[in-house]
Amino acid sequence: MTTPTPSQTVGPFYSIGLCRRPNDELDPDGVELSGRLLDGRDEPIRDGVVEIWDATRRKWGRSGTDGDGRFRFRVAREAGVLEAFVFARGLLRHERTRIYLRDGDDEVWAALDPARRGTLLAQADGDGLRFDIRMQGDHATVFFAH
Amino acid sequence: MTVQDPYNDPVILGDDATLGPEVQVDYPGYRSTRWRVPKRPLATLPEELHRLDGPVFGEDALGPLDNDLTRQHEGEPLGERIRVSGRVLDEDGRPLRGALVEIWQANAAGRYQHEVDRHPAPLDPNFSGAGRCLTDGEGRYSFTTIRPGAYPWGNHDNAWRPAHIHFSLFGRLFTERLVTQMYFPGDPLFQYDPIFNSVRDPRSRELLVARFDLAQTQPEWALAFAWDIVMRATPVET
Repeated sequence: MTTPTPSQTVGPFYSIGLCRRPNDELDPDGVELSGRLLDGRDEPIRDGVVEIWDATRRKWGRSGTDGDGRFRFRVAREAGVLEAFVFARGLLRHERTRIYLRDGDDEVWAALDPARRGTLLAQADGDGLRFDIRMQGDHATVFFAH
Repeated sequence: MTVQDPYNDPVILGDDATLGPEVQVDYPGYRSTRWRVPKRPLATLPEELHRLDGPVFGEDALGPLDNDLTRQHEGEPLGERIRVSGRVLDEDGRPLRGALVEIWQANAAGRYQHEVDRHPAPLDPNFSGAGRCLTDGEGRYSFTTIRPGAYPWGNHDNAWRPAHIHFSLFGRLFTERLVTQMYFPGDPLFQYDPIFNSVRDPRSRELLVARFDLAQTQPEWALAFAWDIVMRATPVET
């Protein structure tokens, strides 16, 4: 085995390299999935990046967060569950989570603490879906080892 | 009563070889970690979710001059022209072909082409500081750019980042995803930088430092630096 190259933070200026062109429509005819990336004080993380992967449809997307900490995608409503990575200044390695577009019925969902797994469920919000990501606190999103 | 707040002081923790290539994600000397790093234990995923295929990027993800950051504008950027190249490998040492490599960096004066960067150093109208390429059949990538400058940041009093180039890479698997920074050999700022030292194993830390490469240096044109990147797919043991 070769020693892997260590991770380092994406830093605050990632957008010049990672967000030069929009990459947030996994399904142009799909539903809007948006949410806010929040720190342990409930402050918006304005320099974060969320990447999602619809493994079934093999569609990938990336959204930087805006001044309100908001990220935004358009995804297939039928996707069920999306894999997600979160990057930000202050994260020396990215975090992994999952976004359930409807109630989970899989092995991962079943194994999670029922008191916390609701943090992985997107909520109906007008015509779209809302999924906030809380890095810390009583309502912190569930993150997975990776 | 006063409570000692470890985040008030710049702290460079001592070396710890037992951590290997793991970065210490709650490294206290890097203040931005404080309210952002998850505090609860991480949940686990079944093996098949660590083996998921990831996205594949093709030539359509690239523009014609994306791997030459010195030719993206009318004039040439100021600074020391360099070539940075190397191989992208998996943990078994096999080359990763067609891997998307994205880079971004400050200009020669240590300033990013970014509205949030307030460092009073000049912008360079001929330098955007961003590039991308796909690795070739042998897993090789190559960029022509200029050597970035060091720059100050607000982490602690008189804090300066060692010169670095940000790298983002996609491997074959969804989990073979790496965002990191490449540093230059012999930088006097290494010992003061909490981000660099958040990799507490000194041998692993060296893996972040490129090697000067005289053989690849182009006479009368550009110095060369070589930096190989190894992508991890296996999960962190918790």
